[in-house]
Amino acid sequence: MNALDPIFISTLHWLAGLAPASVRPLVSMLLVIAGLMAVFGSCFALTTILERKTLGRMQNRFGPNRVGPFGLFQPLADGIKMLIKEDIVPFSADKTLHFLAPLALTVPVWLAFSVLPFGRNMSAIELDAGILFFFAIGSASELAVFMAGWSSQNKYSLVGAMRAIAQMISYEVPLVLASVPVLMAAASLSLPDIVQAQSGFALGWVPRWNVFTPWGLAGFALFMIAAAAESNRCPFDLPEGESELIAGFLTEYSGFKYALFFLGEYLGLFAVTGLAVTLFLGGWQAPARWLEWFPSWGWFAAKFSALIFLFIWARATLPRLRLDQLLNFAWKFLVPLALINLLAAAVWLKSGVWRFPAAAEIRWLLCAGLLAVPYVWLARNWNGVAPTQRHYNYAE
Amino acid sequence: MPNDIAFYLIAAFTVAFAVVAMTLRRLVHCALCAAAAFAGLAMLYLLLDAEFVGFAQLLVYVGAIAILIVFAVLLTRGDEVCPGHSQSSPSWMAGVAVAVLVLAGIAIAILLSPSLHRLAPSAAGAPVKKIGEELMTRYVLPLEMVGVLLTGALLGAVVIAMHEESEVKRPAGGPASRRAEPEEAMSLR
Amino acid sequence: MNTPLSHYLILSALLFSIGFAGAVARRSAILVLIGIELMLNAANLNFIAFWRYGPQAEALTGVMFVLFSIAIAAAEAAVGLALVIAIYRQRKTAQVDCMDTLKG
Repeated sequence: MNALDPIFISTLHWLAGLAPASVRPLVSMLLVIAGLMAVFGSCFALTTILERKTLGRMQNRFGPNRVGPFGLFQPLADGIKMLIKEDIVPFSADKTLHFLAPLALTVPVWLAFSVLPFGRNMSAIELDAGILFFFAIGSASELAVFMAGWSSQNKYSLVGAMRAIAQMISYEVPLVLASVPVLMAAASLSLPDIVQAQSGFALGWVPRWNVFTPWGLAGFALFMIAAAAESNRCPFDLPEGESELIAGFLTEYSGFKYALFFLGEYLGLFAVTGLAVTLFLGGWQAPARWLEWFPSWGWFAAKFSALIFLFIWARATLPRLRLDQLLNFAWKFLVPLALINLLAAAVWLKSGVWRFPAAAEIRWLLCAGLLAVPYVWLARNWNGVAPTQRHYNYAE
Repeated sequence: MPNDIAFYLIAAFTVAFAVVAMTLRRLVHCALCAAAAFAGLAMLYLLLDAEFVGFAQLLVYVGAIAILIVFAVLLTRGDEVCPGHSQSSPSWMAGVAVAVLVLAGIAIAILLSPSLHRLAPSAAGAPVKKIGEELMTRYVLPLEMVGVLLTGALLGAVVIAMHEESEVKRPAGGPASRRAEPEEAMSLR
Repeated sequence: MNTPLSHYLILSALLFSIGFAGAVARRSAILVLIGIELMLNAANLNFIAFWRYGPQAEALTGVMFVLFSIAIAAAEAAVGLALVIAIYRQRKTAQVDCMDTLKG
């Protein structure tokens, strides 16, 4: 394709070739790990400052702009601040669990980056059941939230932790259900295979990404909503809202441990965004044939940044959901829609063999209708109350 | 050679956490150590080339059952331990003795049978596609039954653990009272 | 793969007996349930070990069995813990030696 595409793999091979043959696999593995940690660590630093500046601009103010040009050294200042802060552990806290909770949160999240395909032939591990590994790792970090909340021996922390866990396990269901149609379409659980199944162009110019099908669009929306809830992002950030429970399960953490929680949360966001790009947006593939000169990892980075911007935009715009609203939304709206999405995807896949005239349009209308009608019905009636005309009392 | 070291390390980790899970005083620590033991078992499945089962074990046991146990501990105030209260039942020594006897019996049976000392055959794979095919052809009946079982268990667990409303006075006579009888017999007041 | 099958079987027997000892010797109902889960896991390990070291590994029998066993263990844990919570609500205790009467 182009020369820049295999640059990371060539560098890896060259560096690993410098090591003696016996330890070469180990060295290559360590280099991949170091590369992933470097890239996503700096992505984390960049995202904190970009988020604050974007939030600021959306709220008609500048973001941080004192430290460095355009405030770009702010993460450095934040990092130094976090590291030199005093580490306060409550007297009656459970010392071991209090210490282990940030580790238990951050370590599984780093593991999740190992299965994502960042470019052509660029996934660290190619597993047969890659997506199952991803979801298993994601669910293992919920216990860390509980450890954090319980070990602080603080009522507010415990309530915050319980809320966070309830939110995370409730939104795991739509997350997994929204990705099942993708697995059906790609006939594989392996992430590089899923990206390959989205190659090619329909009608000559529309890429065959999953988001350009009716079930893919609905699935993408469901996945993004569930992903925001899984990483405790606004509008689902009740567990860490300052006005609710001080800082929820993070109340008794200060200094470096707080920084680790922060890191773990953002890394979880990156991992699930990377998965959304892989499942729905065609992974590392270019949107048009004449754009394929841009390296594949560059396309992944571009789509990834677009989705992160979407999350930041949602944070700036939407108000926070209350706990019961949040849980009702997950179980009564997202889960039925995800199941109907599965049905629509099955109809789409089975009707792919239709050959009568106007088959493609009928297929589209059928699947879109299967999705749109329950969506409208559920959205209007899910709270058990039909919407009434709102009455606004204005001051005279 | 590396597989051997991996096996012994993971086995030691799992057994250690299992022992700790069964002997600690505070229930939350026991639950978390049990979760670690489940994770160790998942790693053992991965060593045995059963990838799908290993990840399913992580997803179900560590991601769901451990959290369920933790919630149950919190809801039953299992953590408030009175100092003079003994954690083990009065006949714990008999129980442990029976467990040791069971272990001895099985271990002797294993060590004495020659056919169980074999080494692994060449790589057997459990590709996910094959598992899917088997689930849809040969094991489709158990699959559907497990679906029904899980639905029943979900509904049952919700009904059993639901907060009972205060008893509603039902009018005497008619189908209402006949319906009320089995409900009151089932409700734990 | 140089560890013989017997190592895995002894490990599984060890985990089974640990779970059994915990289930029998502890007073809290939740620890009994954790012990039962450990026993189920030990049996699953046995199945996978025999599948891997056995003659017909391509029939996937062991893997299928363990998948269903994990699903059923999850259902059983959910119902068991719901029962413990319900009993706690009535008797204000979750110790198994206090659950010795059918009255109530």
